[in-house]
Amino acid sequence: MAKFEISRRKFLTSASLGVSSIMLSGCDAFDSQLGMGDGLRSFLENANGLTYRAQRLLAGHDTLAPEFSEADIRQPQRPNGITAPDDDTYKGLLANNFADWRLEVAGLVEKPLSLSREQLQNMPSRTQITRHDCVEGWSCIAKWTGTPLSLVLDQAVVKPEARYVMFHCLDTIDRSLSGEIKYYGTIDLIDARHPQTILAYGLNGKPLPVENGAPLRVRVERQLGYKMPKYLYKIELVDSFANVGGGRGGYWEDNGYDWYGGI
Amino acid sequence: MNTIARSEPSADADAAAPKDTTLIYRQSRWTRLTHWLWAISLFFMLLSGLQIFNARPQLYIGKESGFEYNNTVFAIGAENTATGPRGYTEIFGHRFDTTGVLGWSGPAGRETSRAFPSWATIPSYYDLGTARVVHFFFAWILTTTLVVWLIASLINGHLRRDLAPRLGDLKRLPQDIIDHAKLRFHHTREYNTLQKMAYGGVLFVLLPLMIITGLAMSPSMNAVLPWLNDLLGGRQTARTIHFTVMVLLIGFFIIHMLMILAASPINELRSIITGWYRTDPPAHGDTERSN
Repeated sequence: MAKFEISRRKFLTSASLGVSSIMLSGCDAFDSQLGMGDGLRSFLENANGLTYRAQRLLAGHDTLAPEFSEADIRQPQRPNGITAPDDDTYKGLLANNFADWRLEVAGLVEKPLSLSREQLQNMPSRTQITRHDCVEGWSCIAKWTGTPLSLVLDQAVVKPEARYVMFHCLDTIDRSLSGEIKYYGTIDLIDARHPQTILAYGLNGKPLPVENGAPLRVRVERQLGYKMPKYLYKIELVDSFANVGGGRGGYWEDNGYDWYGGI
Repeated sequence: MNTIARSEPSADADAAAPKDTTLIYRQSRWTRLTHWLWAISLFFMLLSGLQIFNARPQLYIGKESGFEYNNTVFAIGAENTATGPRGYTEIFGHRFDTTGVLGWSGPAGRETSRAFPSWATIPSYYDLGTARVVHFFFAWILTTTLVVWLIASLINGHLRRDLAPRLGDLKRLPQDIIDHAKLRFHHTREYNTLQKMAYGGVLFVLLPLMIITGLAMSPSMNAVLPWLNDLLGGRQTARTIHFTVMVLLIGFFIIHMLMILAASPINELRSIITGWYRTDPPAHGDTERSN
């Protein structure tokens, strides 16, 4: 008993010394273990899978994100990320008011599509007033109008082996040794077919402005903003993340964000 | 369950101090284990939470963040002045210079604009993604621990015996406040009234509120519980409550540490590590005579 207690006390002393040295030296004590691919980081990331499964279990396929009233729209939608793409292709399309722009639907589909803005806008639309939640912590309520993604997927006829929808964007978000990185991201087919998942071309009753992603951006209302790419030009149906950037399912995911941005 | 948990260490007790009646087994292994799991998770959740806050160092009241109108109640930032950059903290429109700690901090000559300083965040450098990984990992540990503690405490009687408020607690409250103010502590098996209020407040009010407001910020949970944000006053209000509860928990932690240091640190620590606690000798009627 006595011996046991001393070892406990020793443990306590060293533990409290450890904690206080962490506090004193700053929290860089953990920095070396928290980079992408580090052991501790990879271990902690297991919780992301648990969080994802818990959310899927509770939220199911079709529960709707809260919608708001016109009175809740009190300001323009705050833009974030890239707000004025400097890419020549984009600037060329913009100069012509996107008359030459097409949305390609490719990958694991029976009928690849190439849709003009007019064709998209002639399909049945959905308008919803929803709250945009940025991963940083802010929120903004706006009215979005667009084509339900499920209608586009039905028209293209998704092959059974497809598991994810990958969004290809026109804006350069980053530069690497191998060149410019255009924004990219994925959602699964559950969210892709969710009733509120739309390819938005209208914002607060007007055409989608450049800063918010013109000519087309996606709305995935049960997830955070980084899951809703702007400046879309191609939708690709894929069966894994193997050929999606660094393999984690999106630009921000490759930089350490969780793939499922539901929290 | 109750009997097993309580009688387990009696063999040790008999061997070590068969006649020592002041040394009692006060904290079950469930209480001790969950206590330390909370301590660890709250440490990581606080430091990763401050990092997450740094991504948007403003708090708002309502459904959304006001960009074209003002619903900001708290902000940390930096501004350029004639004498160089200064950090500030703004609470309900009242601005305080907090250079060196909040808003503008870092090693001399290499200060940067950041809300909470490097030493108070995990990771020390700006990395929202990693902070979220750490925060949500420990959110699971914290929540699971709370549920395990609740079940164990219902079964082993900790809740009923030690935490449930009684009529006598109310009567003792004035004297209890005086005793605490004079740092005069009675070492008994039972928690005193202020202890019950503090522990009960953390376990049944602050931690559940922390979990609820955390879930209220999740867009996917908003689809599951659409009424939650209506109840709390909107997602941004939920975020503000989340932050406020963090401040209250730090307040609890500081008082908790001060009380342990003032009461008898070794004895208090022993009880939360080994379960064994030395009570005041029963012969001296201090409590009765102190009135």
